[in-house]
Amino acid sequence: MIGDLFFQLFWTYLKIGTFTLGGGYAMLPLIQREVVDRKGWIDEEEFLNMIALAQAAPGLIAVNSAVFIGWRVGGWRGVCGAVLGAVLPSFLIILAIAMVFSDWKELPAVEAVFKGIRPAVVALIAAPLVKLAKSAMKDKGQKAKDVGLRALPLLVSLAAALLIWLGHVNPVWVILATIVLTLIVEKLRIKN
Amino acid sequence: MLYLQLFISFFKIGLFGFGGGLAILSLIELEVEQYGWMSQQEFVDIVAVSQVTPGPIGINCATYVGYTVAGFWGSVLATAAIVLPSLIIMLSICRAYFWLNKRFTGNVYFEQTLRMLRFTVIGLIASAALILIKPTTFIDTASWIIFALVAFFTILPQVTKEKKVLPIVNLFSHPILLIVLAGIAGYLIYA
Repeated sequence: MIGDLFFQLFWTYLKIGTFTLGGGYAMLPLIQREVVDRKGWIDEEEFLNMIALAQAAPGLIAVNSAVFIGWRVGGWRGVCGAVLGAVLPSFLIILAIAMVFSDWKELPAVEAVFKGIRPAVVALIAAPLVKLAKSAMKDKGQKAKDVGLRALPLLVSLAAALLIWLGHVNPVWVILATIVLTLIVEKLRIKN
Repeated sequence: MLYLQLFISFFKIGLFGFGGGLAILSLIELEVEQYGWMSQQEFVDIVAVSQVTPGPIGINCATYVGYTVAGFWGSVLATAAIVLPSLIIMLSICRAYFWLNKRFTGNVYFEQTLRMLRFTVIGLIASAALILIKPTTFIDTASWIIFALVAFFTILPQVTKEKKVLPIVNLFSHPILLIVLAGIAGYLIYA
């Protein structure tokens, strides 16, 4: 039973859900570690594709990513396991808080622990970017040998980051714009 | 009746909530206001708790609001209702994606679009980190030291050349361990 994909995905997402603080994006480093590095269920390229889809679809990114990986790895059973695992820790913890201690947030010890965790979460989101950028730059389709040329699309990353961070543009629009612009540019490129 | 209202509200939120947890909070607020389920102060408290407890913020908030409005079954219904649209839509998108992937592998447009999307996503992740760099997250020098140490241990396995130490390095770079250690550090420094 332990080897069953339902339980494997359930257990993996239970761990991810329990130790994620700060929502969808804070979940990504844990997903990357457990699903990509450790289990090897998907590779880094597919991991990035998954994020684009999970972000573009409505609903919670955490749940969307659980659906994608659950489906990719184990079909219907996988989806059920992953989604249940992603939701259950949240649900139980909040239920316990709502039922038992509603004023725990005022405890100075709890606040101190969170003060330590918050900057760690930022580092956990930011640090894997180096590795992800490297794997995105691996160029299968084109034969650009020049590293500088392969790094050129990182300008797209920069533009996306600035639009969302400083321009407060909804990420969904940035994803849609990427699709439309890429199609137009390719069309023009092929015509010439 | 209250159960039905809860279910419909949170289903709507799941269906029209683009852009993840934080964007979804504003939709929940609208529904809460419209039905007069609780005071604004109560809702602000719920949002605060949702942000500092583990798990997706949207799920936390839905569970809490559901419980406050209609008890245990309220929390079950609200949580199920916010997940359901994701489940249905994302499953369809996944099936379409894998179908396209099979059908259009080698197609220039398809491959190039996916390739550029990967770069956009890297930007998205970077913006998520940049948004969090604010005074409430980085309160003093100790915060930056924790940030630097966690970043260092996360990057370490990628730059480790020595194969023998890699398993140990990998163990210490695990996000769960780093979060627990950061929590302990926070307790020792601030409590």
